[in-house]
Amino acid sequence: MSHLAYLDAHVLDLAWAGVVYWLALGLSALLMRRSHGRLIRLVFPCGALGALFIAVIGVTGLFLPASAMVLPIGLPDLPFHLRLDALSAFFMTLLGAAAFGITVHAASYFRGMAAGPLALLALWYHLFLASMTAVLLADDAYAFMVAWEMMALSSYFLVTTDHRVPEIRRAGFLYLLIAHIGALALLLAFGVLQGGHGDYTFDAMRHAGRTPFWASAAYLLALFGFGAKAGLVPLHVWLPEAHPAAPSPVSALMSGVMLKTAIYGLLRLTFDLLGMQIGWWGTLALALGLGTALYGVIFAAVQSDIKRLLAWSSIENIGVIFAAFGLTLIFYTDGKGMLAALTLTALLYHALNHAFFKGLLFIGTGSVLHATGERHMGRLGGLMRFMPWTAWLTLVGALAIAGLPPLNGFVSEWLLLQAFLLTPSLTQPYLNMMIPVAAATVALAAALAAYVMVKFFGVVFLGQPRDPALQRAHEARWPERLGMLWLAAGCVALGLFPALLINWLAPVVKLLTGHALAHDGNWLILAPVSAERASYAPLIFLIVVAAVVMLTFLWVRRVYHGRVRRSEPWGCGYPEQHARMQDSAEGFGQPIRQIFEVFMRVERDTPDPFERAPRYRGDSRDKLWILFYQPVARVADWLSEQAGRLQHGRIQWYLVYSFVTLIVLLVFTS
Amino acid sequence: MHPAYHLQLINLLAALLLLISFAMLAQRRVAGLITLFAWQGTALAASTALVAWSTGQHHLYYSAAITLTLKVIAMPWYFYRIVKKLDVNRVVEPMINIPTTMLIGIVLVIFSFNLALPISEMSGTVMRSTLGIALATVLLAFLMMITRTKAIPQVIGFLAMENGLFFAATSATYGMPLVVELGVALDVLVAVFVLGIFIFQIRETFDSLDLKHMEKLKER
Repeated sequence: MSHLAYLDAHVLDLAWAGVVYWLALGLSALLMRRSHGRLIRLVFPCGALGALFIAVIGVTGLFLPASAMVLPIGLPDLPFHLRLDALSAFFMTLLGAAAFGITVHAASYFRGMAAGPLALLALWYHLFLASMTAVLLADDAYAFMVAWEMMALSSYFLVTTDHRVPEIRRAGFLYLLIAHIGALALLLAFGVLQGGHGDYTFDAMRHAGRTPFWASAAYLLALFGFGAKAGLVPLHVWLPEAHPAAPSPVSALMSGVMLKTAIYGLLRLTFDLLGMQIGWWGTLALALGLGTALYGVIFAAVQSDIKRLLAWSSIENIGVIFAAFGLTLIFYTDGKGMLAALTLTALLYHALNHAFFKGLLFIGTGSVLHATGERHMGRLGGLMRFMPWTAWLTLVGALAIAGLPPLNGFVSEWLLLQAFLLTPSLTQPYLNMMIPVAAATVALAAALAAYVMVKFFGVVFLGQPRDPALQRAHEARWPERLGMLWLAAGCVALGLFPALLINWLAPVVKLLTGHALAHDGNWLILAPVSAERASYAPLIFLIVVAAVVMLTFLWVRRVYHGRVRRSEPWGCGYPEQHARMQDSAEGFGQPIRQIFEVFMRVERDTPDPFERAPRYRGDSRDKLWILFYQPVARVADWLSEQAGRLQHGRIQWYLVYSFVTLIVLLVFTS
Repeated sequence: MHPAYHLQLINLLAALLLLISFAMLAQRRVAGLITLFAWQGTALAASTALVAWSTGQHHLYYSAAITLTLKVIAMPWYFYRIVKKLDVNRVVEPMINIPTTMLIGIVLVIFSFNLALPISEMSGTVMRSTLGIALATVLLAFLMMITRTKAIPQVIGFLAMENGLFFAATSATYGMPLVVELGVALDVLVAVFVLGIFIFQIRETFDSLDLKHMEKLKER
C-alpha cells in the first residue's frame, strides 16, 4: 500500500500538479495548431485523463486532514497559498468526475473545427479546467481572485468560440459584464473580510474578529458576487444567452461545474471564513433560492430552443441549491446541528447530481446538434429511431433531473424535502409558518422540472421527425457515447447507492456544521433521520420497477400479441395527418405560459388568414429585462453621456481643465 | 562684487522674466513670440549663472550652459525655420482679447505671490523671494497656452512653462541634481522635435495650423 501512502502524503502537491498538467496541455495545444488529428486524438483525451486524476485526488482528499502549502509564484511578498480540505476535495471530485465525461465527449464533438481555432479552443478549455481547480485550492484572496478571473476570461473565450456571429459576441459580452460585476463584489467582500489587517490569506480571515454589521456586509457582497456567477435571479440573464452561444461541451462544463464553484465559494466564505452566522442570512438565501427555482423552471417550460431550455433548468437547480443553503444556515444558527447536516448533505448531493445530469443533457444536446444542426425544437422530433444511443442515454439524464426514483435526482430532492418536513422544530414562529410554503415551492419546482423534461425528451426524441432532413441524422460517435455513458452511469450509481455517497459526504458536512448524518452501516437503505420516520431503498425500488416492466413486457409479448390483427389504423376522421401536426414545443408550454403570464412578456406574430405561407412566431421574454436591466442600462447611458460632455475636442478646453485643477490644488494645499 | 548686489541682480533678472511673460501674453505675431522666448531663456540662463557664481554651486553652470544652447539658440532657430517654411508669421487674434488676458495675468501673479509666501519662508536659499515670480511665470505660460489657437504659440507656451519650472527649481533648492536636469533638457528637446513634426503633419492634413480643426477628432 506504499503507493496509496504516497498519495495520502502528497495529495495537495498532486492536485497542484494536475493544475499545472492542464496548463501545460493547453499551451502544448498551441504548438500543435497545425495538426488537427493530434489535437483531437491526443490533447483532449489527455485532458480527460487529467480530469480523472483530479477526481481521484478529490476522493482521496475527502478523508484526509487539511493540508496547506505556499507556492513561490505570484507578486513579490504575495505568494499563492493553497489548501486542500474536505470541502475543496468534494468539489474537486465533482469537477473531475463531470469533466472526464464531458472532455471525452468533446474529443469527438469538436472534430469538425479547423485546426487553428481548435488549438485556441483547446488552450482555453484546459485553462478553464485548470483555473476552476485553482479556485477550489486557493487559500488566499489574491490567489482566489486570480483563479476566479482566469476562469471567467477563459470561459468567455469558450463562449465566443463562434465569434463571427454578432449574437454570440453579444451573449459573450453580457456574460463577461455580469461576471465582472460579480467579481467586483467578491473583491469588496474579501476587502471587508480581511478586517483592516492587510493580510489576505484565508487563515488570517478565519481569525479576524468582526462585528455583525461588517460580517453581514461581507456576506451580502459574497451572495451578490457568487450569485452572479451561479445565476441567482435577478443576475441570471447571462445564462440563457451564453449557453446557446457556447459549444455544447463548454455549456456542459459551465453549467455542470462552473456554477458549482460559486456554491463552493459561498460555502467556504459563509461557514469557514466568516466565523459567525446570522439567522436572517439564511432566510434571505432561502427566499432568493426559491424565487430563482420557480422563475427558472417556469421559463424553462416555455422555451423552444433546447439549449436555452437547459440553461433555464440550470437556473432552477441553482435555485434549489441556494434554497438548501439558506435552510442549512437557518438550522445552523438555530442550533439544530443535525438538521443542518441533513440539509447540507442534500445540498452537496444535489450539486453533484446536477453536475452529472446537466452535463449529460448538455452533451446529449450537443450530439443532437451535431447530427441535425438544429437547436429549435420545432424542427426536431423522432430522433430516437435515428440516434438510439443518444436518446436512451439522454433519457437517463432527463429522468434523473425530473427526480424520478431510482435515479440520483430523486435522492437529493427527497433529502431536501425531508429537511423541510423537519422544520417545525425551529424556534422562530414566523419561520415555522413560512417554511411549509417554501417546501411547497420546492415541490412545485420539482414537479414542473419533470414537466419540462417530458417536453424536452418528448418533443426532441419521440414522435415523428418534424423535418424530412432529420431522416439523415447520424448516431453519435463512440467517444461521444462513452462520455454520455460515463455520466449516465454516474446518475444511476448515485441513485442506487446513496448511503455510500452520504458516507463520503460526511467529512465535508462535519467540517462545516460540526455534525454528520448518523449511519447504521446498512448501505441498502437510506434513512437520514430514523428508519421509522422515513427511509428509501433504491435497490429494492429498482428491483420492483424492473420486475413490473419485465412482467408487463412478457405479458404483452406472450399473451396479448397472440391475437394481433394488422390493418390500416382508423384515422379518427383526419385523413391527412403529418408530422407537423404533432404537439409542438410552444403548444406544450402553453398552459404554463397562460398561468404564469405575469412573469413574462409574450410576443406573438400571428399570420394573416389570407397568407399563402403562414408563419407563426411566439416568444416569451424575461420581464426582468424590462423592469430591472433596461432602467439600469439607461442610467448608465445617461451618466456616460454627461461625462462625455467634458470632451469637446478643443485643446484649449482641455488646457483649462488642467489649469483649473492646478489652481484648485494649489489653493487646497496652501 | 558685493554679495548684496548679487541678490539685487537676481531680483532684477526675475522681474525681467515676469515682464517677458506678460509681453508674450500680449504679443500677436509668432516671430515676435519666438524672440521673446529667446530673451526669456537668456534671462533664465543669466540668473542661473549668477546664482552659481554667488553660491558656489558649480553644477548650476552646466544648467545655465544647457539653457543657453537649447532655449536661446537651438529652439528659437528651429522655430524661425518652421515659421519661414510654413509662412505663418501673421497677426493672430487670441481667443480672449489682450487687455482681459493681461488682467487675468495680474490676478494670477497676485495669487502666486500669496501662495509662495509661506513656502519661501521655509526655504533657506538666497533667492527665496523669487519663488512667487517662478510660479507666476508657470501660470502665465499656461494662460498663454489656453488663449492661443495656433500650434506654434502653444508649443512656445509649453516651453515657457518649462522655463518657469526651471526657475522655480533654482530659486527654491538651487536647482535639481544635474542628472535630473540633463534628463529634463533631453525631454524638452525631444518634445520640441515631436511637436515640430506634429506641426508639419497638422499643416499637411488640415492645410492650416489652427487647432480648431482638431475638434473633428473627437467621438461623435
